[in-house]
Amino acid sequence: MRDAFGHPQSVVVLGGTSEIAGALVDRLVADRCRTLVLAGRDAEALERAAQRAKAGGADDIRIVVFDALHLDHVEHVVSDCLGGEDDPVDWVVLALGLLGDAAQDGTDARRIAENIAVNFAWPAAALGPVAQRLRAQGYGRIVVLSSVAGVRIRLANFIYGSAKAGLDAFARAVAQSLEGSGVHLHVVRPGFVHTKMTAGQRPAPFAVDPRTVAAAVLRGIERDQPVIWVPSTLRWVFLALRALPQRLWRRLPG
Amino acid sequence: MSPQRLLSGWGRTAPSASRVVVPDDLGELTRLLVNGDGAPGGMAAPPMIARGLGRSYGDAAQCAAGVVIDTSRLDAIGAIHAQTGSVEVGGGVSLDALIRVAIPSGWFIPVSPGTRQVTVGGAIAADVHGKNHHGHGSFCRHVASLTLVTPVGIRTIDPESDPELFWATAGGMGLTGVVVAATLRLRRVDTTWVEVDTERFGDLDGLMSTMRATDHLYPYSVAWVDCNPHHGGLGRSVMTRGDHAPADALSPRFRARPLALPGTARLRVPFRPPVSLVGRSTARAFNELWFRKAPRREFGALVPLTTFLHPLDAVADWNLLYGPGGFVQYQFVVPPDQGDVVHTAISMMAASRVPSTMAVLKRFGRGDPGPLSFPMEGWTLALDFPVGPAGLPALLDRLDELVAAAGGRVYLAKDARLRPELVDVMYPRIGELAAVRRKVDPRGILRSDLSRRLGIDRHDCAP
Repeated sequence: MRDAFGHPQSVVVLGGTSEIAGALVDRLVADRCRTLVLAGRDAEALERAAQRAKAGGADDIRIVVFDALHLDHVEHVVSDCLGGEDDPVDWVVLALGLLGDAAQDGTDARRIAENIAVNFAWPAAALGPVAQRLRAQGYGRIVVLSSVAGVRIRLANFIYGSAKAGLDAFARAVAQSLEGSGVHLHVVRPGFVHTKMTAGQRPAPFAVDPRTVAAAVLRGIERDQPVIWVPSTLRWVFLALRALPQRLWRRLPG
Repeated sequence: MSPQRLLSGWGRTAPSASRVVVPDDLGELTRLLVNGDGAPGGMAAPPMIARGLGRSYGDAAQCAAGVVIDTSRLDAIGAIHAQTGSVEVGGGVSLDALIRVAIPSGWFIPVSPGTRQVTVGGAIAADVHGKNHHGHGSFCRHVASLTLVTPVGIRTIDPESDPELFWATAGGMGLTGVVVAATLRLRRVDTTWVEVDTERFGDLDGLMSTMRATDHLYPYSVAWVDCNPHHGGLGRSVMTRGDHAPADALSPRFRARPLALPGTARLRVPFRPPVSLVGRSTARAFNELWFRKAPRREFGALVPLTTFLHPLDAVADWNLLYGPGGFVQYQFVVPPDQGDVVHTAISMMAASRVPSTMAVLKRFGRGDPGPLSFPMEGWTLALDFPVGPAGLPALLDRLDELVAAAGGRVYLAKDARLRPELVDVMYPRIGELAAVRRKVDPRGILRSDLSRRLGIDRHDCAP
């Protein structure tokens, strides 16, 4: 059961090896989270994340291995992660992501499809049963990791950006459908985050690290913000950038 | 099937959806608790919890995906015994309704929380206290007997016939059953006025030593403390103490009608503020005003009883002032020799820059036997915070540690955020509740969001 500030005791992370999710889990287990499900593709990396959570204070950790390219197993994975209805889940975090290389992948049908599967199709498909299950338990929070890359698409990462744009819009519609149910959905839009996914890339302005994202998510949830920008200045930066004419937008460096 | 409703406590935090049923009588309520909620054969009965007027600040009277039993139709008030003042009332009777029946014949409730808008069932489940705790104890000390519907049937008990179940119910947060009726011992009053002595203090030491020295001279005593630093330092305060006024203390005009009912024309918040109106500057201004309007020293001022005892009833829906984010109340008690914790708590708040509108300090007398009953001998401090300021969750966690280390505890009827690991430290006799629950609720049906959050509904709580 979560407390008055939304801080959870039981959390399911889909995409449990994500560094942002890892930083968030660090904060949550240091607080009140004791029950944790970490789901992802890489069993060894999940095991390492589980060890870290255990050292941080969690005492009931379960690992679920799944592959986001297998879209016919989504329902099964979700029900496996969320367990029986007697054990309420306070938060479900959707953190899986795949950046890819737009320049190389842009002409490869399989790679485009894979990128969209990991960034959009699988998480969107999972949101259906996740929302239904939390609605049935009468409360809960869903945290969807989107990206500013989806707010206005850039050529440099247009596959990733388009997929996140789709997920972002889909998730906000699910949030609307959940109004009055006691379940809240938060869309998180970080800017450039220093992680292994972005290693080797030139950081964009307003770059942050995963711990900053984790802190911002916690604050955003304490304040019940439906869309959480990280850092929060990006809300206003993108208000301006969205209005920029295309020929200026495409010339922006980075 | 009744529809799902979102319910939260008075603090308006952490709502959850549940079905609300309003039983008309004992039969319906007993069928519900004993047979489950018409759940098809073989299916586990849903969790259930009683709810009165929803004045618990946190999540004590809500039950996500379960059934919330609204007790408002259990509202019968019996005849008041002319000699002893004992009266049988339904569990859904509000203290306000009871006062209106009792006052014309010269009776009053023995213990008054800060509001009359609570039910008798809720007052028992939280074992509420008032400004007279140091002399008269908490609510359940004045309960002669009670009738409880449990998942194994109806029980009418008193402290002699079944002390375990009676005291587990006193402060048991509804986890032993639904209180459907109780016999209370009212107290006799000659007038509905109180003679109040007021004193202002520049710091906490002066206040606390005066309370320690002379509280016993007054049945009612409480102090308000400003948690904002001001010029002279920290902890300026206003202490008000009083006693029921005899008829001859009233002016001739009031002496003709010494027993006046409380007014009903209460203020309301005229709109729903979209943001909290309680911030650092408003909290500071509010405290400044409160301090300045109090006389430096005044003796024997005549104040209407309910104005004095029920300050929270001045504005009907004051919880809306905190905006949609809601607020948390934090109340702790520490043993008499741990008064330093009060100092530390107030300094920590002042240093944190988190706004607090009200800090209320009081000395408790000896506690009652309920294993989950909050009051124990010592100092109790109650605080209000809007949800929102960064650092508030961590500040309250640090206060918990301090209180637990001092051998104190926080009040579960106000709690919405305690770390579950600390419950057993603060309430070391929690195993007694678990033992009673194994008997009266073997299937573990009685559960609330509070009990699940803190793990106090587990049957395996160590004794």
